Amino acid sequence: MQKLKDFAHGALVPVLLLLLWEAGSRLGLFSEVLLPSPTAVAIKWWAYLLPGQPQEAGQSYLAWLFSGELPHDAYSSLFRVITGFLIGAGLALPFGLLMGASPRIYDLFNPLMQILRPIPPIAYIPLAILWFGLGNPPSFFLIAIGAFFPVLMNTIAGVRQVDGIFLRAARNLGASQWTMFTRVILPAATPYILAGVRIGIGTAFIVVIVSEMIAVNDGLGFRILEAREFMWSDKIIAGMITIGLLGLAIDTGVSRLNNHLLRWHRGLEH
Amino acid sequence: MAQILINNVHKVFKTPGKDVVALQDINLEIKAGQFVCLLGPSGCGKSTLLNAVAGFALPSSGVITVDGKPITAPGPERGMVFQEYALFPWMTVAQNIAFGLEIQKKDPAEIDLTVNQLLELLHLTDFRDRFPKDLSGGMRQRVAIARVLALDSPIMLMDEPFGALDALTRRNLQDELLRIWNKLGKTIIFVTHSIEESIYLADRIVVMTYRPGTVKRDQPVTMPRPRDPSSAEFNELKRELGRLVMEEQQRHANDEMKLAAVD
Ligand SMILES: Nc1ncnc2c1ncn2[C@@H]1O[C@H](COP(=O)(O)OP(=O)(O)OP(=O)(O)O)[C@@H](O)[C@H]1O
Ligand SMILES: [Mg+2]
Repeated sequence: MQKLKDFAHGALVPVLLLLLWEAGSRLGLFSEVLLPSPTAVAIKWWAYLLPGQPQEAGQSYLAWLFSGELPHDAYSSLFRVITGFLIGAGLALPFGLLMGASPRIYDLFNPLMQILRPIPPIAYIPLAILWFGLGNPPSFFLIAIGAFFPVLMNTIAGVRQVDGIFLRAARNLGASQWTMFTRVILPAATPYILAGVRIGIGTAFIVVIVSEMIAVNDGLGFRILEAREFMWSDKIIAGMITIGLLGLAIDTGVSRLNNHLLRWHRGLEH
Repeated sequence: MAQILINNVHKVFKTPGKDVVALQDINLEIKAGQFVCLLGPSGCGKSTLLNAVAGFALPSSGVITVDGKPITAPGPERGMVFQEYALFPWMTVAQNIAFGLEIQKKDPAEIDLTVNQLLELLHLTDFRDRFPKDLSGGMRQRVAIARVLALDSPIMLMDEPFGALDALTRRNLQDELLRIWNKLGKTIIFVTHSIEESIYLADRIVVMTYRPGTVKRDQPVTMPRPRDPSSAEFNELKRELGRLVMEEQQRHANDEMKLAAVD
């Protein structure tokens, strides 16, 4: 009951806004080309979601159901985010662990990192195209860069804040360097690392949309840019809403994963 | 069982401005199976001495040996129980206890057996899959003790392990500790600044002076256990030790006054 109440409370403002928007459209306050009505967007979204062709012989029902443009675009974008993120975070994690644990490695690499970090991933676009041409690779590259720094910085910070008492306790139990690293330092740093992962995925998601506007011909970012060329503003908005929903789904998933991995942690906020 | 020899140990901390002589000329022979309490006011070097035996911070000069072998590094044959528990929060109770054995690459079935026995011994069986954050202070300290017992080390070092606990829990754990010590016969060095706690537990109480840390009194305690804190003998010793500790406490306070004046 309380949940229902909370939900109604949270839905109040969006619903009101939608109603105003719809009313405005019906009264002809907004140009149909520039700002189509919510119903028009919803209809377009539905068409975008549904399969384009009738089910073919031999095609499974599920495959057909997801053969529409939107599922295909969402899948392409998601695939890029995940691949790019895995590359970026996969490099950042061991590197961050090393930099966090060894002051010498830190001093060696930190100046370079501090110079590279403020460069927005978007600024790498020309280089990305030059180096990787068209298709997925430049996207992977840009997304990996977007995910790399948040994960790196948080991993370094996470390792550096590990309470010395844990290290002393582990040394007392006879832990080797390796055990210390994998069973003490890494888990002690996970709250920080996971916070970095969350930020990194958020960045990856921003970068994927941008990168799709340059070098590929599918994905949600590509689709809304394409729709602009035809002045399909209903499709642009439908695409944007899809981006929002997908982002929300990813963030919810990551946050669930965090809560599971950090179930031992005291300062759990969610 | 292991004998600890502390020979001419000095420890100097170099700090900007002046050097702090934390330990000076400490000589102690601790017999195998003895329960020794280090007693003294804050800052007199109890932790410093314990850390030297543990191998975390070696003495500036002098040697400490266990069964004739000099100590050079921390190791599982000298298990330590810290005041702040130092349980690994990402491990459950059972995992914390098992960790030392996993490091030693013991057979999983054997680890399981040992962990179960220790859970039993410390009345933790119902809490085996809990994380430390869900345990009370007393429970956590039980786990910390079990974790060290799992190592089966002949020596147990304890730095004010019950300092943060309420009186009732504290007495309870003191009794548990005596029971375990009786059963397993370990050599224990136990740091405390509670006079009553030291008399209740120890075979021998080493009272330390404040800066430089030296041995002020090496006091055997021969009262039979369980000891009655309300008995005349107990209280006589308590008064006597109280006087000694108070003197050092006074020097500590004077020192701080002087420091404040300089500031
Ligand atoms: N790393 C250090 N650097 C400089 N001085 C130190 C260091 N560690 C301890 N000291 C000093 O050495 C003295 C002994 O400290 P120690 O921690 O052994 O005292 P303690 O008897 O354990 O006190 P407490 O009851 O407060 O734990 C203190 O005066 C302290 O200020
Ligand atoms: Mg201390």
